[in-house]
Amino acid sequence: MLDHLRRSAIFVVIAVIFTFAFAYAGTGVSQLFFKHQADGSITANGSTLIGQNWAAAKCPGHSVGSCVFHGRPDDTGPYAASKTQSGGDNPLEANGVSGESAATNYGPRSKLLLNATIQLIAYWKGLGVDDPTPDLVTTSGSGYDPDITPQDASVQIPMVSNATGVPASSLAALIKKETHRAELGFLGSDYVNVLQLNEALVKLQ
Amino acid sequence: MGFFLTIITLVLALAITWRYLGSYMAGVFDGRVHFLAWAERPVYRLLGTGPEHEQTWKRYAGAMIIFSAVSMAVTYLILRIQGSLPLNPQHMAAVKPALSLNTSASFLTNTNWQNYGGESTMSYFSQIGALTMQQWVSPAVGIAVAIAMVRGFQRRNSPTIGNFWVDITRCIVYILLPMAFIAGIIFVGQGAVQTLGGPVSISDTLNGVTQTIARGPIGFMEAIKQLGTNGGGFLDQNSATTFENPTALTNWLSIYLLLSIPFALTYTFGKMVGSIRHGAALLGAMVIIFGVWVGFTSYGEHTNNPAVVAAGQCVDVPAGTTCTPTPSLTHTSTGNTEGKETRFGDTSTALFGVASTNTSTGSADASYDSFTPIGGMGLLTGMMLGEVTPGGTGSGLYTILIYAILAVFIGGLMIGRTPEYLGKKIQAKEVKLAGLGSLVMPMIVLIITGIAVSIHAGIVGPENSPPHGFTEILYALTSQGNNNGSAFGGLTGNSAFYNTVGAIDMLIGRFAIMIPALALGGVLAAKNVVPAGLGTFRTDNGMFVGLTIGVILIIGGLTFFPAVSLGPIVEQLSHGKFF
Repeated sequence: MLDHLRRSAIFVVIAVIFTFAFAYAGTGVSQLFFKHQADGSITANGSTLIGQNWAAAKCPGHSVGSCVFHGRPDDTGPYAASKTQSGGDNPLEANGVSGESAATNYGPRSKLLLNATIQLIAYWKGLGVDDPTPDLVTTSGSGYDPDITPQDASVQIPMVSNATGVPASSLAALIKKETHRAELGFLGSDYVNVLQLNEALVKLQ
Repeated sequence: MGFFLTIITLVLALAITWRYLGSYMAGVFDGRVHFLAWAERPVYRLLGTGPEHEQTWKRYAGAMIIFSAVSMAVTYLILRIQGSLPLNPQHMAAVKPALSLNTSASFLTNTNWQNYGGESTMSYFSQIGALTMQQWVSPAVGIAVAIAMVRGFQRRNSPTIGNFWVDITRCIVYILLPMAFIAGIIFVGQGAVQTLGGPVSISDTLNGVTQTIARGPIGFMEAIKQLGTNGGGFLDQNSATTFENPTALTNWLSIYLLLSIPFALTYTFGKMVGSIRHGAALLGAMVIIFGVWVGFTSYGEHTNNPAVVAAGQCVDVPAGTTCTPTPSLTHTSTGNTEGKETRFGDTSTALFGVASTNTSTGSADASYDSFTPIGGMGLLTGMMLGEVTPGGTGSGLYTILIYAILAVFIGGLMIGRTPEYLGKKIQAKEVKLAGLGSLVMPMIVLIITGIAVSIHAGIVGPENSPPHGFTEILYALTSQGNNNGSAFGGLTGNSAFYNTVGAIDMLIGRFAIMIPALALGGVLAAKNVVPAGLGTFRTDNGMFVGLTIGVILIIGGLTFFPAVSLGPIVEQLSHGKFF
């Protein structure tokens, strides 16, 4: 019994020291070889891995947010435009919790999900996106999905073309150029990074 | 096509791992592999023990229980005083007592149920020193117990089953450490964050947005989180977040890591007892059930979300709202997108979910709460089978061995042959221990669920209305009782009630199986081997695989069927209704 206690105490101390050594060694290797990734893939306009709120982009002469491509309605908490309120591109409150990555956690037969989806459809139609895809009216798992599918981007072409004056065909070509193929050609889905797409759009203008 | 290739590559990678990692682990625990003896020896010297000090099953279990108690106390203490400890750039305050209790029980038992949001509650010191520390030792303890039980079949007339301290040390040094380090580098290379630099603020000139982005030493924690079938991530939304699981490649790697050790341990078992066929039979039972669960869960997630389709068709619109039909929402084959990440897609997300709930991992790359009724049922029932397909690191093997003993007993009774497994007679004592090990989990889960739906403190937990709300409660208690740790996140689990019953659920779910498993190891090790004769019931052929599957499905399926029919089954059958 006393033997067990003594050995347990010693082993826990060793384990804590070992875990810190592993974390520091990992941080060292990461910072040495993959500094950009290890620091959060931060670029001039934010992290390419963290979705942003595009709904507030100023578009002179056109309705707010119509001159850029939008991500999924999923950006809450500390990642939002305002830290104190749920300020994502979701015009609705996702789940009211600020300060964390978050999903709505609505069940598949939830009235709340049904109503939220109906309001999101109306929101998109108000912006000039007549046929929003499922990704655009549902929230993601993390709450800040930085990506959309090429189809999600394509349905926004009329809105963006109207507000920026860039012809629809050029926008379609731009989306094609910015599409990342599924990893190794078969893992996951094809996707477009919204931040990169909008940076390319600004260059095009 | 993409999903098909994902499965093929996984099967190939896991088959190679099964053969070689399995063989390597047998070498490690038999003491034949010792190239890192220079790292082991100082630990043994400090502990005052070593491979030559063999333990009886009672001493082995005593060391395991006291070590667990001490490490839980240390974890609890660190969480309680994190405000005064270093490495706390966000100045997180001490974690409250009930939450600290639940969290320390959770990480101790390899559950990693999280009633907190990591980025808003835990300091870097707590994440590393308290939580990740448990992510290293809890899988090691699980594997050690499994190996000790296997020695019961391996040895003859032996009073001892190995040394607990040697087994957990070898497990960490030879198996977990090298694999986790390599995996950690891949995670970070793909984009997972690994820094101690604290949060970063950015501002975007294109849309005028400023953000404060939480960061931390995430990538390498991710590696041991998946490899040790722990599942508790740094961030609240776990593997759904880009900083933990940046690409579809890391998603694949996560699935591979969490399946690799549990599957490979069946080879280790076969090799240690001198009959690979016996290990392959257990693997067969695991793979068949796992395959069926992947099939119907990914089918469920590949169908559209009923609420989204209804919104697209303007069904059930509240009075006063204008709605025009949206064709994209009703015709697409994008599957259920609510709560899922674009880069993974629906079927790979479902595969991740099944892998995570059929092992005792419980990590999540989506909001499981928003899965379709069929998909959610796949996750829930995967846990209810007792975490044996393939189960957690070590816990999967010792639990399926308990089921195998029951299968031998039932098979023997049916055809009137002597119940023997690997030449060891299965008698009253073994069957009693196996019965105990297999029945405590369903009992505790169902009793606590019954209490939770009967009292106010339990009923206020779920965010969704019944029947989905009931599923949230059932899921939470099933997950904790099976040491899984995944959640239907709509349940508000951070209350005194759920923190406390959850802690009890997790501790019983772990130790009420581990102790009978060790006792079985001890009892069997003391026996001699009976030579196989014509009257022996074969335990390494297809018939036995079928029988084991039957026992797993009957214990899991029949015990939980009434509860499941009140949750996901009712929900699936309620066509056109919203709650």
